[in-house]
Amino acid sequence: MTARHALPRTLAVRLWDEHIVGTLDSGTDLVAIDRLLLHERTGGVALKSLDAAGRQVLAPAQVFATMDHIVDTFPGRSDDTLMPTGKAFLEATRDGARRHGITLFDLHDPRQGIVHVISPEQGIVLPGLTLICPDSHTCTQGAFGALAWGIGSTEAEHALATMTLRISRPRDMRITVDGALAPGVTAKDLALHIVARIGSAGAAGHLVEFAGSAVRALDMEARATLCNMATELAAFGAIIAPDETTLAYLKGRPYAPAGALWDRAADIWRTLRSDADAVFAAEHRIDAAEVGPMVSWGTSPQHAVPLDRPVPAFEALDNGDSRDAYDRAIAYMGIAPGTDLRTLPIDAAFIGSCTNSRISDLRRAAAILAGRHVAPGVKAICVPGSTQVKAAAEREGLDAIFRAAGFEWREAGCSMCFFAGGESFGPQQRVISSTNRNFESRQGPNTRTHLASPETVAASAIAGHIADPRHFGPLP
Amino acid sequence: MIPLVSLTDIAVPLLRENIDTDAIIPSREMKTVSKTGLADGLFAGWRYRTLGGRDPDPDFVLNQPRFQGAQILIGGQNFGCGSSREHAIWALAEYGFRAIIAPSFSPIFRANCVRNGVAPIVLAQDAVEALATLAERGDPITIDIAARSVSAGSASWPFAIDDESRMMLMEGLDAIELTLKRRADIEAFRASDAGRRPWVYL
Repeated sequence: MTARHALPRTLAVRLWDEHIVGTLDSGTDLVAIDRLLLHERTGGVALKSLDAAGRQVLAPAQVFATMDHIVDTFPGRSDDTLMPTGKAFLEATRDGARRHGITLFDLHDPRQGIVHVISPEQGIVLPGLTLICPDSHTCTQGAFGALAWGIGSTEAEHALATMTLRISRPRDMRITVDGALAPGVTAKDLALHIVARIGSAGAAGHLVEFAGSAVRALDMEARATLCNMATELAAFGAIIAPDETTLAYLKGRPYAPAGALWDRAADIWRTLRSDADAVFAAEHRIDAAEVGPMVSWGTSPQHAVPLDRPVPAFEALDNGDSRDAYDRAIAYMGIAPGTDLRTLPIDAAFIGSCTNSRISDLRRAAAILAGRHVAPGVKAICVPGSTQVKAAAEREGLDAIFRAAGFEWREAGCSMCFFAGGESFGPQQRVISSTNRNFESRQGPNTRTHLASPETVAASAIAGHIADPRHFGPLP
Repeated sequence: MIPLVSLTDIAVPLLRENIDTDAIIPSREMKTVSKTGLADGLFAGWRYRTLGGRDPDPDFVLNQPRFQGAQILIGGQNFGCGSSREHAIWALAEYGFRAIIAPSFSPIFRANCVRNGVAPIVLAQDAVEALATLAERGDPITIDIAARSVSAGSASWPFAIDDESRMMLMEGLDAIELTLKRRADIEAFRASDAGRRPWVYL
């Protein structure tokens, strides 16, 4: 095998090559899919469409489903959702999963949660796999050394029926981050720094490999946060080469191999890296020491700055936005060029989403909240990413810290990362949020979203305005 | 799917950058587990005066009488970014669009277009702006998928599209049906791979 591949290859190219079933008449690859994940918003419709065509699921054991997008996150939740027609999505997904023998992490299953949080928890994602899900943040799971990317519902239906996709090879990009992140600066800040620097279309059509000493130093949850935001660069996907940190995280997980099989797999996984002289179509280098706590000011994730810098003037930007797009963003957010973001009073604070809802995120936010209380009038919500994260947090007493600080403590799900038609923050409300998208009306009709790390969300909730978490050390 | 070989029609210019799928079809408009019934919710946040209402905002380009029935949409860079929701293209297609011209597309949205018989046409920014100016005047634009070119009046612009997408659009094929013809290849790959990587096959 090695002789056939004398040319140096990137990790993504190697994994792609290993999954080619054949070449189609058009020259496009037919690529084998190892894991297909579904959720109730886009998965139910794929199953329904498959049934309408009278087709079968080829490999149900390699398909998993969860309830995360539409299901409510209020304590005592049921199939009835605040979104008026939400129940039908839950039922369609449950019925489809049952009919086809697909493992479903249902509403009251202790393994339920956001698809990109529970897949690593369960060891469903593994290094070297191809993993797809009709969800744009599937790139998150590239953090575990898998080739993971988001698709539409029709592609999901294709994969259900054939365990393949007809797809052209993406180009390769490497983003190398060397140096060390400063104290109080997180993977979320790094992700926002990269999106602001490279732009919302900056990695269009590329599979991004994150590399460098600062990336190696991240734990698995932080790597997931970094890869999560690759879709905000218009990337096809993201990947981080697996290492001992990856293997230590995955060992013993329910769907990971065990015993001799683990050893055999681990031997292969340790070889998964880009060849030293592999050529990438595009390369970027980032100095980790330059990254500060970031916050978004506009309506695209590329509209982000260090939170101690003013809102940039149009002339200072080079992100492909037209003057009209810039003016629209400024007007929508109720700010002006030069505004000090730290002067902006907030109405709400949200900690959750596939970006930042894991146990380490909650621990860091709780360290800031301990002994403090959110400012009067601020609605503050914490939604753990999975039922397991919630249980772990409760064992550590984090829920008590969040509650005492004035945060609501919810059941697991995507919740108010987006407005599904039920719960909303309200028009013109300013929300500091640990999520991934600050699009117009994303968190509610005409709601204003500022993206930040969980620490910055916690600090801002206490201050009542956007605040620097480095000024909120532990209380004596 | 209805084959699309070439198309001549007026176009709607909507030259905003980063038009996301939340804007194309807000979550609140995805009310049923279905691929249809979405055209009314297309661009709902921009198209209607009130939340959940259906009172058209006359300032929004889609509501202008001169663009009614247009089958071509012209958008800005990174069109269709954000959520993977295929409802975005289902809504656009149900409304009547058969082609979208933009300087770049989000990769998931682009794939969704092809799977639903809508042509994603990538042209350079200056060409997109020139076409938007013509569209504003009501000039017809021709998209020739077979010849890989866009033309209007005496001007024309070539565009790149991969052979697979071009074939799927022109022949209106069902990808699943085509792939199922390779079932033997798929089974052979899986059997051989299960020996190499048994942990994949649960």
